[in-house]
Amino acid sequence: MMNKTGVPLLFEISTPGRRGYRLPDLDVPEVPLEELLPAEYLRQQEPELPEVSEIEVVRHFTQLSRLNHGVDVDFYPLGSCTMKYNPRVNEDVAALPGFAAIHPYQPEETVQGALELMYNLSQYLAELSGLHSATLQPAAGAHGELTGLWIMKAFHEANGEGHRNEIIVPDSAHGTNPASAMMANYKVVEVPSDGRGGVDVEALRKLVGPNTAGLMLTNPNTLGLFDENICTIAELVHAAGGLLYYDGANANALMGIVKPGDTGFDIVHYNLHKTFSTPHGGGGPGAGPIVVSEKLAPFLPGPIVVKQGDRYVLKQPEKSIGRVKGFYGNFSVLVKAYAYIRSHGAEGLRQVSETAVVNANYLMHHLKDLYDLPYNRHCKHEFVLSGRRQKEQYGVRTLDIAKRLLDYGVHAPTVYFPLNVEEAIMIEPTETETKETLDRFIAAMRQIAEEAETDPESLRSAPHYTPVGRLDEARAARQPILRWRKA
Amino acid sequence: MSEKRLLFTKDHEWVLVEGNIARVGITDYAQNELGDVVFVDLPAEGDTVEEGEGFAVVESVKAVSDVYSPVSGTVVKVNEELESSPELINESPLDKGWIAEIEIAEGTQLDDLMNAEEYQAFIKEA
Amino acid sequence: MRYIPMTEHDRQAMLASMGISSVDELFADIPEPLRSAGDLNLPPALSEAELVRHMKALARKNVNLEECVSFMGGGAYDHLIPAVIKHLISRGEFLTAYTPYQAEISQGVLQSIFEYQTLIAELTGMEAANASMYDGATALAEAALMACGATRRNVVVLPENLHPEWREVCELYLKNQDVEIQYVPYDEETGTIDHAALQRLNSASLACVVVQQPNFFGLVEDVEPISDFIHQAGGLLVMAVDPISLAILKSPGEYGADIVVGDGQSLGNSMSFGGPSLGFFATTAKLVRRMPGRIVGETVDGDGRRGFVLTLQTREQHIRREKATSNICSNQALNALAAAIYLSLLGKQGFKEVAYHCLQKTAYLRSRLLEMTPFRLKFTAPAFREVVVAGEVDWENINQRLLKEGFLGGLPLKRYGMPDAALFAVTEARTKAEIDRLVELLGGMS
Repeated sequence: MMNKTGVPLLFEISTPGRRGYRLPDLDVPEVPLEELLPAEYLRQQEPELPEVSEIEVVRHFTQLSRLNHGVDVDFYPLGSCTMKYNPRVNEDVAALPGFAAIHPYQPEETVQGALELMYNLSQYLAELSGLHSATLQPAAGAHGELTGLWIMKAFHEANGEGHRNEIIVPDSAHGTNPASAMMANYKVVEVPSDGRGGVDVEALRKLVGPNTAGLMLTNPNTLGLFDENICTIAELVHAAGGLLYYDGANANALMGIVKPGDTGFDIVHYNLHKTFSTPHGGGGPGAGPIVVSEKLAPFLPGPIVVKQGDRYVLKQPEKSIGRVKGFYGNFSVLVKAYAYIRSHGAEGLRQVSETAVVNANYLMHHLKDLYDLPYNRHCKHEFVLSGRRQKEQYGVRTLDIAKRLLDYGVHAPTVYFPLNVEEAIMIEPTETETKETLDRFIAAMRQIAEEAETDPESLRSAPHYTPVGRLDEARAARQPILRWRKA
Repeated sequence: MSEKRLLFTKDHEWVLVEGNIARVGITDYAQNELGDVVFVDLPAEGDTVEEGEGFAVVESVKAVSDVYSPVSGTVVKVNEELESSPELINESPLDKGWIAEIEIAEGTQLDDLMNAEEYQAFIKEA
Repeated sequence: MRYIPMTEHDRQAMLASMGISSVDELFADIPEPLRSAGDLNLPPALSEAELVRHMKALARKNVNLEECVSFMGGGAYDHLIPAVIKHLISRGEFLTAYTPYQAEISQGVLQSIFEYQTLIAELTGMEAANASMYDGATALAEAALMACGATRRNVVVLPENLHPEWREVCELYLKNQDVEIQYVPYDEETGTIDHAALQRLNSASLACVVVQQPNFFGLVEDVEPISDFIHQAGGLLVMAVDPISLAILKSPGEYGADIVVGDGQSLGNSMSFGGPSLGFFATTAKLVRRMPGRIVGETVDGDGRRGFVLTLQTREQHIRREKATSNICSNQALNALAAAIYLSLLGKQGFKEVAYHCLQKTAYLRSRLLEMTPFRLKFTAPAFREVVVAGEVDWENINQRLLKEGFLGGLPLKRYGMPDAALFAVTEARTKAEIDRLVELLGGMS
């Protein structure tokens, strides 16, 4: 029903006089408004909020939810996003009033439980990363990157090396890496990949120098491949006086297997919404804590939680860069990630990574005959296929393959990324999927490869069974309609 | 517009020189690579531009491309129609989809530019 | 393991189908010395029941707002939250979705963001809003950067009565972009921006003036002269506004603001020790392509059916990389959804009532304090939902005593260089009895 006609906008079902919530009656003596605020401070044009009853609101958003895919609905093999199952008990504990209903400025002695949790989570992240101290303040991975770069900058400046103005980024990097470098006012220098998909060490050798502030790297990289030369890379960058930043987007591959700090990284961010299963919520909130080596710890943004005796207190690190966000970070996300780590322990986290890697290799193995595999070696938690063959032979683009997958009830992989693979299809199954789901995905991808050959048109016009068909993005961008307006 | 009179850059701009005025746009090959153009960030009249420097930006849904000036000079006219109809770049890249007219600075050389034949050979190679 | 469905049988079958004998083979490309020796030093795994017990014990070490009556504000407020919100945002299709990149199976998230954008545009009186930023503080920093880009100037004016944490965040973002910050003081008597001091600034270099409305002290600024000043100077007016106040106070659009930001915690989001919240961000049609963050737009599919997509994406990091308007690549979608549900439940009338109750109850606290206690008001300008109370007392000590009586007192402003003052917030959630009791207690402590 709603699939044919769509769900009307809230504003379109508004009926004057209806309301969905009633406040208690005002119980204090009323003072005439003009005695409280000068007339020229008052709003003239009232906002067009919808007037709807509670049941209409519930049905509206329930109907909208049914138009949406989620991990709860079906497989979500979106590369680089780690769409694993989000345990419900973590939602429950984060909603406990002792966590959800506390004010950020309450006296420290009234939030010892919250501070203890933050302190311990910082310790766990330090242990996982093999580094020294953490800040939980950054709100997302990209925010963590920016924070890390600011720390890098402050560190170099403190050493009288403020002239270092270049950040080296591989051509396979997430777009946030160069964008974060730009936000921190760094010049971005791109290093190409080598034949095995890792950083081209010889090219890097030529790029590092007196202006190198640091290198940002994901390992395993966005191709899902472990960079075997990481130690050489670290030596080169460190020898030039630069620092190594670890983009933790792919940390789900290596928990308990490799500590980034042991491979030479100085700064690490974790995406709690990826590796530690906090729900993505349709785009956020996430959290992007960073962990740094001992020499960088004094520069962390503050406040951070420290332990004094058996008390936990908030403290500004000595040479802190300042503050990257209001209050202490996305606290309820931290609670969920903490609960996830406590549910797994060391052995559990290692199993998470091992299983994620087995699942990814399993999919890769059973798809690599029908799709091009640019780097044919064991992958880690994800891998990248290329739809080049389908494009060249049948005129079917990777976009068409992605859209057709929606008809099979699964979310499409990440497509057209990384940029160094033509027609890229980036697949990350995670550890929480059953073998049956993986087999179903393999079957769908194989079926689609066959359809590309026998019925390419059905791919080019896909999807066919979704609430709406392929949407006209050019029209949306040419004449942007970004809001409803009262007629 | 006859393609014969146009000169081309390696960055896929075309230029039509009449007197000291150079009219600039992007080639059919370039618009095809970009896909549906949705927005053109035009320079302002009076802007000075340097040869080889980006002076306009053409955007499709998921790609952005700088337009580099084939000549040095001053922007004297921009194609305001592109503001409301960026699709002109797709529909008529060499004619109605022109981007700007630049008054060529004295002493500017046009020797590095390709003629239509050379450009066709260039894109075949690429 | 709890969330891993793979059985030993599955594992063997999968490895065999790949022609691999052990999982270790898959990690063989990692040089041996890099592999972690031994297990991580983490506490042992807990079952669900053990986890819940542990988490409840931790939570009990905090005093929560269901156990006390809060008069604390300063950027996080105890507003009423309709019960419906938590149920709707807990639906798995919203909770467990990623960014809506595949529009055909993401219409729920996309349409809800479109509705959220509309609601924010309506509240602020602006033409367009994005899908949200991390929080109010970061949204303000990004707004200041956007103003610099739009005006090609690099001086930003911040008022000294801006929230101190927002100021710190702005300083970090702007300093690293070579933007100069000039501070404009507030009038010691009124507590609002000193307009004469503003007029004395060298206006030709100003990218924008930031006004927080109401300001950190909860006071309502007279924005019109500031708007005139900065617009005559060719700069932009950036307003950081409290969303609830917009039901009553003149909207930024009515003041001619160019960029409007604010924190959306008040709109149906739990306080959660300060996060997550959302930063809303709105602007004019003219500046929309300079806006950071995600934006949803309306379009149609091949059959002409209405649908929604992420649009104007070329501004963003995944396409423009180092030339993007910002590095942000997420939005606070679930918090924005909560805000949209909140605003639709409250509706035109209810939302006005929330603001009106805050205003009246704050006025009541103020008048009772002046009547019944020796405390005085620090500033004279009209207040919306917060009031700065002054007196020669140790406010931290007062708060400890209040806590014993079940009250979370006002925010002591000592840490912001005002040892004699505390900032009290009064929302619609406070009752007359609670206010009366607070005044009575304070009267006994003065």
